[in-house]
Amino acid sequence: MSDTVWGDYETAWCPGCGNFPLIKAVKKALTDAGLAPEKVLFVSGIGQAAKAPHYLNCNLFNGLHGRGLAVATGAKLANPGLKVVYESGDGCTYGEGGNHFLTALRRNVSVTALVHDNQIYGLTKGQASPTSQEGLVTKAQPGGVLSSPVNPVALAVTLGASFVARGFVMEIDHLASLIVEALEVDGFALVDILQPCVTFNKVNTYKWYKERCYRLGEDHDPEDAGAAMRAAREWGDRIPIGVIYRGLRPGFESRIGALAGGPLAGRAPDPEKLAHIIDRYA
Amino acid sequence: MRDEITVMFGGEAGQGVETAGELLAKSLVRSGLRIVVSREYMSRIRGGHNTFAVRAGAGEIRAPREAVDILVAMNEETISIDSPRLSAEGELLDASGSAAAEGAIGLPTKDLAPPRYANTVASAVAASLVGIEEDVFAGAVADAFGKKGDQVVEANREAVRAAYGWASENWKGHLRLAQPSDAPKRLMIEGNTAVALGAISAGVRFAAFYPMTPSTSINLVLARHAEELGLVVEQAEDEIAAINMAIGASFAGARAMVATSGGGFALMTEGVSLAAMTETPIVIVVVQRPGPATGLPTRTAQEDLEFVLHAGHGEFPRAVLAPGSPEECFHLTRKAFDLAERSQGPVFVLSDQFLADSYRAVEPFDLEALPPVARPGDSEPTERPYRRYELVEGGVSPRLVPGAGLDLVVADSDEHDESGHITEDLALRNRMVDKRLAKMSVMREDVSRPVLSGADDYETLIVSWGSTAGAAAEAAEMLRAEGASASALHFPQVWPLAREQFLPALEKAKRVVCVEGNATGQFARLVRRETGFVMESLGRHDGLAITPEYTVRGLTRAGVPK
Repeated sequence: MSDTVWGDYETAWCPGCGNFPLIKAVKKALTDAGLAPEKVLFVSGIGQAAKAPHYLNCNLFNGLHGRGLAVATGAKLANPGLKVVYESGDGCTYGEGGNHFLTALRRNVSVTALVHDNQIYGLTKGQASPTSQEGLVTKAQPGGVLSSPVNPVALAVTLGASFVARGFVMEIDHLASLIVEALEVDGFALVDILQPCVTFNKVNTYKWYKERCYRLGEDHDPEDAGAAMRAAREWGDRIPIGVIYRGLRPGFESRIGALAGGPLAGRAPDPEKLAHIIDRYA
Repeated sequence: MRDEITVMFGGEAGQGVETAGELLAKSLVRSGLRIVVSREYMSRIRGGHNTFAVRAGAGEIRAPREAVDILVAMNEETISIDSPRLSAEGELLDASGSAAAEGAIGLPTKDLAPPRYANTVASAVAASLVGIEEDVFAGAVADAFGKKGDQVVEANREAVRAAYGWASENWKGHLRLAQPSDAPKRLMIEGNTAVALGAISAGVRFAAFYPMTPSTSINLVLARHAEELGLVVEQAEDEIAAINMAIGASFAGARAMVATSGGGFALMTEGVSLAAMTETPIVIVVVQRPGPATGLPTRTAQEDLEFVLHAGHGEFPRAVLAPGSPEECFHLTRKAFDLAERSQGPVFVLSDQFLADSYRAVEPFDLEALPPVARPGDSEPTERPYRRYELVEGGVSPRLVPGAGLDLVVADSDEHDESGHITEDLALRNRMVDKRLAKMSVMREDVSRPVLSGADDYETLIVSWGSTAGAAAEAAEMLRAEGASASALHFPQVWPLAREQFLPALEKAKRVVCVEGNATGQFARLVRRETGFVMESLGRHDGLAITPEYTVRGLTRAGVPK
């Protein structure tokens, strides 16, 4: 199988957008993971990042801003046989969908979350995002951003997700390898993907990231929560990319008794069981 | 001997008022009697003032009555608050533990059993007074406490024995209830349990919820049976997540529902719109309580009709079903799943706290006679590649489920083309709007008919929707008993309305009064908007259920033509 099964589409993105290398890495990862389009369900929210799965040949539910993880959770529980991939941006995932993000980490449902993190709102034209650095000046924050940025990777480590990684779009093969591993994890997998917004973020540019991103070496043990937290919190002159943390909790869906009998989808009602239950109310 | 009787237990939260009431209610049902339970409780865990009233009789009864025949006071506050509700020959049983109030019969619960069984004793005495066999009551006790172990069951059994002994020595017996000749098997269920059972009958596989009174018990009933039935019930982080999870599950092929109350539903409205745009079936149960905002969390209202009717941005079809009894809760919830699947969108069941909590004796459902419920994949796509939003006559595109075959399923909250991808082709946009709205015909072809109770020949017609059905029907009976010519028309569905089903019935009356649990006459206004027909409005918005007496008082204030 080659990348071409995932299609080749015209996009609505600006020339030079970080989404282009990102989607290449996604296609490569899907292929490397040996997945067939009909077995993969992408779920996205709203934003430029959330359009990405429209440019992939796969099942897709493109939902509302912020709500994609809730939809992905429901779909995974309905049919654990589906490979469910959530893909959206930092605003959608960490801002509007913040509570769903926290709860997805806690549930540890087997959803692979690919989050485009460009530290800015693109589709609404350049307002601060939850990951914008303090002091970043935008038209909506002319005096600079006053809040501190969310650290999604540290949050995911804290809440015990099965797999936490950070990638960078200029390192396509490395990013693809992170996504392959994320696709194969039992439990929630977060890949926070650093990318520039060439139109609205003039600070965090390709150059800015390139100067700072370095690959975590073999001396980093992702199963050591303390080391994982130190790597997660490193942000500044040097930004580590790679597998930050591997939790050992089983996926949420594997802990639900009702799913032991196979996927919910397609199961017919059972009148005998209902009759038995109804009898208990007599 | 009485044909019917109302027994009310009152006390503070934590005194076991609910258990006392449920034990009596269960014994009545198992003795072949009909019941209507009304529960009033405060939004607190301990203290306050809660009541549990059971109206019982051998004949058909459909609404609570205001007068109480036997008031069992578990505390002194109940005596001061509720004794004015006692009927002329009513009796006050003072189980508060202090010296019996004047005119009351003191019930020495402490002498009969340890204090923790006071509610069992009080319930047993009430059961004995109305003529329930001791064995029947003891059976209800054994079933209620069986899970807690033999010791608890035996201690309760002892309390029952002592209570029945005390009652036989101390009671004159003029309030005994005429017992039916036989006791066919009936269920004791309230609206919320009936909604859950109806959903199970339709094959619900997924429910997500955030706890909110008075809707929570629907989800608790589903959760109780989830593992044996193979259904997932997930407590979500908020109602927004709940409806989005349900939509995701439904998209992936599991029949899905959410149940909530007004404030929770307010958070879900964006999801309603999402279900409509992505054409994903979902059943949304809204159990109403008084608002605005937090309002009166544990009381009843019918204030959210207009809200549910209009909730969600944009224009799209929907149906709103309004059950008036636990039987209708079962059947209409089942129907909601069928309509949601056939129209591929949101369908509502609109209930309220009164109905949600009102136990009735219900004939076991004939599961073999139930109408079928549509399933995804019932219709095959005409061509490949599969297009989720294929423009077909009637607007209902074949719905496939992702992962079920080789076809790819693409759904979008943006305006989309037939294949499900984003579009800003405005001509196509028009066709997609028309397609979605065309699905309204699925709803219009299957509207639950309004139900007339009383003679077909009437001068006054009392119109009701949802839980007010029983009160309206009994109010019409009361008026007829006084020589007036009155009947009642209950709407089990409030949207869409099929004017040919009811307009002639309205037009032939001299006077039409719509009785509903709100201050502004929402249903009366809806009927006027849809048909031009103007009804009088009789509302109630104090948080209490509309009773037959309330309705009669309201109607006679302005006079009823004889």
